Amino acid sequence: MPHIHESKVKELELIANRLRQHVIKMIAKAGSGHQGGPLGMADIFAVLYFHELHHNPKNPDFADRDRLILSNGHICPIRYAAMAEAGYFPVEELMTLRQFGSRLQGHPERLRLPGSETTSGPLGEGLAQGSGIAYAAKMDAKKFRTYVLTSDGEHEAGLHWEAVLFAGKNRLDNLTCIVDRNNIQIDGQTEDIMPLEPLRAKYEAFNWHAIECAGNDIADVVRAIEEAKAIFQKPTVIIAHNIPGRGVSFMENNYLWHSQPFQPHQEEQALNELKEIEKKLLKEI
Amino acid sequence: MLNKSANLTEKLFAKDIPQAPNRDGYGLGVVEAAQKDERIVVMCADLTESTRNLDFKKHFPNRFIQAGVQEQFLAAGAAGLALAGKIPFITSYAMFCPGRAWEQVRTNICLNNVKVNIVGSHAGVSVGPDGATHQAIEDIAIMRVIPNITIIAPCDAVEAKKATLAAANYPGPCYIRLAREKSPIFTTAKTPFKIGRAEIYRKGNDVALVACGPLVYNTLLAAEELSKKGIEARVINCHTIKPLDQKTILEAAKNCGAVVTIEEHQIAGGLGGAVAELLAKHLPTPQEFIGIHDKFGESGKPNELVEYFGMGVKSIVKAAMKVVRRK
Repeated sequence: MPHIHESKVKELELIANRLRQHVIKMIAKAGSGHQGGPLGMADIFAVLYFHELHHNPKNPDFADRDRLILSNGHICPIRYAAMAEAGYFPVEELMTLRQFGSRLQGHPERLRLPGSETTSGPLGEGLAQGSGIAYAAKMDAKKFRTYVLTSDGEHEAGLHWEAVLFAGKNRLDNLTCIVDRNNIQIDGQTEDIMPLEPLRAKYEAFNWHAIECAGNDIADVVRAIEEAKAIFQKPTVIIAHNIPGRGVSFMENNYLWHSQPFQPHQEEQALNELKEIEKKLLKEI
Repeated sequence: MLNKSANLTEKLFAKDIPQAPNRDGYGLGVVEAAQKDERIVVMCADLTESTRNLDFKKHFPNRFIQAGVQEQFLAAGAAGLALAGKIPFITSYAMFCPGRAWEQVRTNICLNNVKVNIVGSHAGVSVGPDGATHQAIEDIAIMRVIPNITIIAPCDAVEAKKATLAAANYPGPCYIRLAREKSPIFTTAKTPFKIGRAEIYRKGNDVALVACGPLVYNTLLAAEELSKKGIEARVINCHTIKPLDQKTILEAAKNCGAVVTIEEHQIAGGLGGAVAELLAKHLPTPQEFIGIHDKFGESGKPNELVEYFGMGVKSIVKAAMKVVRRK
C-alpha cells in the first residue's frame, strides 16, 4: 500500500512548483544566491512542511515540534519559500532576501527568524547540532523527531563525520539525516573534487540505517521518511538522489548553477518553464 | 596595603600556603551547580579526569556525555543540546576547545547565542612538560573578538568554583579559562566575586597591577617587593576579561598613572590588549605587558617556564619600576 494518496502527491508537486517559482524570483531580486540546491530540494521541502513535519507556523517554538535543521544553509531560499507558504511570515517578505535589515539573511539566523531552529551555513555543522538536539530529546523522553538536511559536498567536512560517529554510538533513532545527493558542488562534480562513494556503505559502517530514494519523486520521498521513522536503535540517513536545478532545463545537472547571477531573460525563461509545468499539474488535479 | 574587605587567606605569604590546580574548583562547582539545576549536563572530549569531571560523572551518570576526541563536535553538539533546553558545560584543553573548535564556538554557540559554558583547561605555559603543542596562550585573544561571550580566568581553585557556579546560569555563553598546575589558594569563601567586576586585592596609588589567573598571586608577591622599594602598588584581580570592568581599571589608571597587565597569555589580544584598548580611548596611560612575547612555549617545569617567559615575581617588579619611571 502506498504511503501517500495520489491526490496528495499531486498537491505536493504543485506546492513544490510554487516554491521553485518563489526561489527564482527571490534570487533574481537579490542579485545573488544559490539556485541548483534549492530547486533540487523543493520536493523534499514540500513533503516536510506540508505533509510530514509536526509544526505550527503560529507557534514556531512549541516544545514538541519536530526540528528541521538546515545544515547547508546556502539553500535557505527554498526553506524561506516553504516557511512563507506554510504561514510563518507573509509571502511578500520573500522578496527581501539578502537585503539590509531583512530577517531573510543570506544564510539562516535563528535569532532573526523564528522557526529557523539554528544559525547555519558553514558546512558540516548541522548534523552535530541535530545530534545534540536528538540526544537531549532522548534524555527527556521527548517524542519529536529531528531532521537534518545536508548537502553531499559538505560530507567532505570532518565535523560531519564526528557527528555521524556520535549519533551511531548513541543510537539516535529519533534523528534522520537527509542528503541532497545532487553530485555537484561549487568547483564541479563531487566525485572529481573529493569522491564520496560508496556513501551508503560509509554510513552503514558507522552503524546507521541507510535508505536511498529519488528526491524529486514525492511518493518515494514519503516512503523513505516513513521507513526512517520505523527504524529502532539506529539513526537513519536518506540519500536523496536529486537533480540540481530541477524544473529549469538550462540549470538541471549543471554545476555552474550551484550559484551564479542570472543573465537578462534567464529569470523569465526559468519562470516560463516552471509555469508550463504548473499548468500541466493543474490539469492533472 | 592589603584590602581587608577582599578577605584573602591569612596564610597569604606563608611558605606552606595550600595549593591546588584551579581546575579542581571547576570540578566541585559543576557538581553543586548541577544539584541546583537539572538542565545542566557535562560533555567532555576524552579528558574526563584531567578536566575534573569524575565527580560529576559519578553523581550524574545520565547527564555526562562522552564525545570522544572530537572537539569540533563538542562545541557544535553542545549548541544542539542547548537549543533543546540543556545547559551544557563542555570541557577539554583550551588548545582544543576553544582552540580547535573556534569556528563552531563562534557560529554555533556565540552567533546562535545559546547557553553553553566552555571550560578550557591547561591554559598557559604552566602546562609544563607537555610542551608548546598543548600550551594554549592564544585562547583569550581568539575568544575576546567574538560578540556575546563572557570570558573568565579565575585566580585559584576557590575562585574557579565560584566562577563555575556563577557562569552556570549567567546569560549567554561563557568561557572559563583554567590551568593544569597547582597554584596557591589565596582567596577564601568570603572573598567577593561577581562576573564583570574586578576586585582590588591591594590598595596603592603608585602603579596599578592588573592581573588574571594564577599569576594574580605572583602579582601580590611582587607588590610586597615593590613596597619595600617604596612603591605602593594597587593589585587588581581582573578575572573577567570580557566584559571588562572599565570603571575599576580607569579609576586605577587615573589614581596611579601607570599600569602593568599580567597574564599567562600572549601579550597581544589578551587582558593586556583589552586594557590597552580601554586606556587608549579614555585615558592614555603608560603600560607595560607581562605575558608571552610572541613566542611559542616549550617543555619544562611549570615554574621554570613561568620564569623563563618573564612572568615571575622579579619580572613583574621590574616592569612596575619601569612603568613608574615612564610616568
